[in-house]
Amino acid sequence: MKVKSAHEGPLTFARMEPEAGLQAALRKSRADVIAEISRSGLKGRGGAGFPTGVKWNLAAAARGERKFVVCNADEGEPGTFKDRVILSDYADLVCEGMTIAGYAIGARQGIIYLRGEYAYLRPHLEGVLAERRRKNLLGSGVLGKEGFQFDIEIRMGAGAYVCGEETALIESLEGHRGEPRNRPPFPVDTGFNRQPTIVNNVETLAWAACILARGAEWFKGFGTEKSAGLKLFSVSGDCQRPGVYEFPLGITIAELLKEVGGEEAKAVQIGGAAGQCVPRSGFQRRIAFEDVATGGSVIVFGPQRDMLHVARNFLEFFCEESCGQCTPCRAGNPKLLEGVELLEQGRCSTAYLRELIGLGETMQLASKCGLGQSSPNAFLSIVEHFRHEIMGRAPQAVRG
Amino acid sequence: MLVTESERMRDELAALARRYGRQRSALLPMLQAVQRRHGRITPTAMQVIADLLGIHPVEVYGVVSFYSFLSAKPQGRFVIRLCRTISCDLAGREQIARQLENDLGIAFGETTADGMFTLQWANCLGMCDQGPALLVNERVFTRLTPEMVHGIIEECRALFGVHATQAAEEHVV
Repeated sequence: MKVKSAHEGPLTFARMEPEAGLQAALRKSRADVIAEISRSGLKGRGGAGFPTGVKWNLAAAARGERKFVVCNADEGEPGTFKDRVILSDYADLVCEGMTIAGYAIGARQGIIYLRGEYAYLRPHLEGVLAERRRKNLLGSGVLGKEGFQFDIEIRMGAGAYVCGEETALIESLEGHRGEPRNRPPFPVDTGFNRQPTIVNNVETLAWAACILARGAEWFKGFGTEKSAGLKLFSVSGDCQRPGVYEFPLGITIAELLKEVGGEEAKAVQIGGAAGQCVPRSGFQRRIAFEDVATGGSVIVFGPQRDMLHVARNFLEFFCEESCGQCTPCRAGNPKLLEGVELLEQGRCSTAYLRELIGLGETMQLASKCGLGQSSPNAFLSIVEHFRHEIMGRAPQAVRG
Repeated sequence: MLVTESERMRDELAALARRYGRQRSALLPMLQAVQRRHGRITPTAMQVIADLLGIHPVEVYGVVSFYSFLSAKPQGRFVIRLCRTISCDLAGREQIARQLENDLGIAFGETTADGMFTLQWANCLGMCDQGPALLVNERVFTRLTPEMVHGIIEECRALFGVHATQAAEEHVV
């Protein structure tokens, strides 16, 4: 597999001194640890981009008998695989980040929620945890810090994309169907077993450890004003060098495509099935929270690809993965899929296409959770940018 | 003394409840253990688990039906899950799918008559840079070509002969 860094040489994660972040954190007060994370501008690396420092601060301030740090390793977004690589190669860094988070918010227990599809990583992770217990990096009095006790357990997912949504993940941990909750209350005060809980992406926790080791200023030295720092990207599809890449946020799509050998692309899906499809005319746009946001998934579509087929694939995905709880998402996605079938057969009127767009926009507004709200994005952006390609097509057109 | 199937299941589930605790959050780990050992979660198992955790059996069924890795229907010793999401699709999953159907003699969603193989679709396995990809139980295969399909199936049959599925089961359960 290809793992390439924005700078020459290996990923930042590979160049970190083991436990430097944890040692630095334990020398600081809890408040100072959170202040450091806040100052760094770190935002959630799973895709939603919520400021990590704010989340930690809220959980630290919340009252509860037991607080929890949950590592969201339910990496299910189509086209995303960087968390698998991080857990395979840099699991210690993730555990270090979790331990720092536990110290910062006053939690004694961490949980790694690992997706069922990654069950083969579990023995490796159990080994890492056992080794950390042996080295007193977990357990009571971590690294000699009196009164600080922290341990991590692994819980397995069972094949449900929606469980990547933090409240659905908590429902799943509690032994329920993975159906998202209404927010508020937020997990930072009413999370796992109704206790204050932070749910952070695998990559976010690894960066938190790096930030404590190297300082907020170092991290802010990368990226843009609103999107600080480095980010791992999972690149797949029609390019010469697919794999995991590290780039600063704010990189343009064109620059990224050049690195991965995908200059020929006619479109790029940024942010997975829940993200948006950007045509060539948008390749100067920046991948950052203020422009094209992403959890790191970049799927490249070559000149020969049928974009309607792409839209169909994404909608089939959402029809399957919708939890069925709210109507816009449960009923909307099959309706959009039917629309794609009409387009495939060349039998969709302009008026009906407008209806479908309206339905998509309603789903964005009216769905309960992020899954439903983002499920029509790919369809809408493909309809917007590739109308010439998908309308009035001959019924026998072959799928790409 | 004659021990019936359901009595054995009862003992097994009681042991799991001791291990994971008798609270609701133990439900998923218990179900996952049963799924692994028996390839399905029977109505009896659901009833016993419900009794142990003090919840209604419908709650248990609701959870079983929600997650794609849990099944009330019997599944084969080897569950083959082929990724159908976009990157694997672009990489040619359709051809792999046809060859799997041809070599196993079943369609997606079905189990072979000998109870060895179940064929299913999966959504994004996180192997997007190495597609097409599939899982056989917990093992992942990448960069598939149609001619590799036969070898994968044969390897499963050979593994089964040495009871490798039981060995793999132990570390998690």
